[in-house]
Amino acid sequence: MAISKDEVKYIANLARLGLTEPEVEHFREQLGDILGYVDKLKKVDVSGMSPMAHVLDIKNIYRPDNISPSIAPEKILKYAPQHEGSFFKVPKVIE
Amino acid sequence: MTNIKYEPVIGLEVHVQLKTKTKAFCGCANEFGSKENTNICPVCLGLPGSLPVLNAQVLVGAARVALALDCTIRHFIKFDRKNYFYPDLPKNFQISQFDMPLSENGHLDIKVDGISPKRIRIKRVHLEEDAGKLMHPEGSISSLVDFNRAGTPLLEIVTEPDIYSPEEAYAYLSDLKLMLQYLDISDCDMEKGSLRCDANISIRPAGETKLGTKAELKNMNSFKAVKAALEYEIKRQAQSLDAGERIVQETRLWDEKKEVTLPMRSKEEAHDYRYFPEPDLPPFTFTDADIEGMRNSLPELPQQRLRRFVENFGLGEKDAAVLIADKELADFFEACVEIYNEPKKISNWISGPVLFNMNSRNSSFGALRLTPGHLTDLICLVEDGTVSNLVGKDILAQMLAAGSAPKDIVREKNLAQVSGADELNEIIEEVIAANKKSVDDYACGKENALMFLVGQVMKRSGGKANPKVARSLLAERLKRT
Repeated sequence: MAISKDEVKYIANLARLGLTEPEVEHFREQLGDILGYVDKLKKVDVSGMSPMAHVLDIKNIYRPDNISPSIAPEKILKYAPQHEGSFFKVPKVIE
Repeated sequence: MTNIKYEPVIGLEVHVQLKTKTKAFCGCANEFGSKENTNICPVCLGLPGSLPVLNAQVLVGAARVALALDCTIRHFIKFDRKNYFYPDLPKNFQISQFDMPLSENGHLDIKVDGISPKRIRIKRVHLEEDAGKLMHPEGSISSLVDFNRAGTPLLEIVTEPDIYSPEEAYAYLSDLKLMLQYLDISDCDMEKGSLRCDANISIRPAGETKLGTKAELKNMNSFKAVKAALEYEIKRQAQSLDAGERIVQETRLWDEKKEVTLPMRSKEEAHDYRYFPEPDLPPFTFTDADIEGMRNSLPELPQQRLRRFVENFGLGEKDAAVLIADKELADFFEACVEIYNEPKKISNWISGPVLFNMNSRNSSFGALRLTPGHLTDLICLVEDGTVSNLVGKDILAQMLAAGSAPKDIVREKNLAQVSGADELNEIIEEVIAANKKSVDDYACGKENALMFLVGQVMKRSGGKANPKVARSLLAERLKRT
């Protein structure tokens, strides 16, 4: 299935990716190939099969409601691009 | 001006944090008010290689709420990723539920203005995780992020558009909150954000069945604010329609200070969350026996308690409603009845003087530190005539101030009612001597004069004279003059 350049740009924007025009064309072809493969899969007869919710045959995996130690903030904050005190710092966002 | 009458159609979306010990998918403490970024770990920060595991209490707690709302619990549930970018969302997706939510199709029977019953249908109750908290320091070009809240178990409760007035919305929220408190599932504290409410509202000409274009209202920080925002929005939409404008579907924020809703400034692109099944969590299943077991373990809910108070204790519906509206108060009432089997008298004391003191001190019932033993002792003192009703109320205020027992207060302050003839006769003689005119009036047949003289006896006794006894002694004495 073919995919348009605008669709590629839209998806790139959702993923916060900035693409050059040649890249848009490059990914347009790649994504088109992937969707082509999906089209092929769509032809497989799956009547009588229920949709799969997970790739492994497991269910009901819980943990008890017990506190385990958290990580000291300074150990993680040092990997953040910016922080102020114990806060992560990001460019201003306001609703 | 046109004369079209509009009717609002409202749906509410409530988010409620579950008060589990730990977060939904990791062992970090689920705690409000901790120092920023102290309850965080690779899972709730979404660091590469970390895997979420569901907290068993979260699913059970959520299912209890769903059952209390008479929802149908799904036998097979799964979690999905809701994808979007925002700095309070460390993973860039929220674990939520899309097409196989925990439960659907329930209802809550509410009482509008405490009286009129109405059924609000519940569309779905599903589980998700809360995001972190953003702060926007004034004047700064940066925002600060605290991820302590990220991963807190959050229940989303969505109604059908069954709510037709701001009053109904208020009643729904109050009754839902009360039910959640009875389930002991959440703090339901809007100030701390453990209960939040968004509203969808549209209006349509009365009688029209098609829904109008809706606005989504956010940023209401109290039930009163929800009511006020809805009232404003009804007016705004009506004015737009009257002016021949079209309502734009948009998200609007309630401005508490200006008391208006304003459109949210954001990019005009439609949300595209690209939900897909969360591959890091397995599906979860409930058997019929699981569901019945949870249903049977539900505590008594507010409306059930109200019926029991009316039927077992002979209380009026209104009195019972006052008691059940505060779980602590209702528990206290029952503890009192166990000590002193006079439900109506106890109910009157609680809805009257106790609530009066609670409101005048602007305190919660718990903060009054009143014990069932003390209140029932006090009621007994009034009932057996040791103190008058009036003095009893006074003693209650002193009990609450000092936390002391009513009998001690009566003894220490010498408040016992005077019913003895000797003591009263002494006061009566004084009153007769000091009020010659009233005595003469009474002799001339003015019945009112007697009441005045009884009043004087009460006054002279410092309110301690037993008014009934004083009246009969006085009448007797005056016959002899």
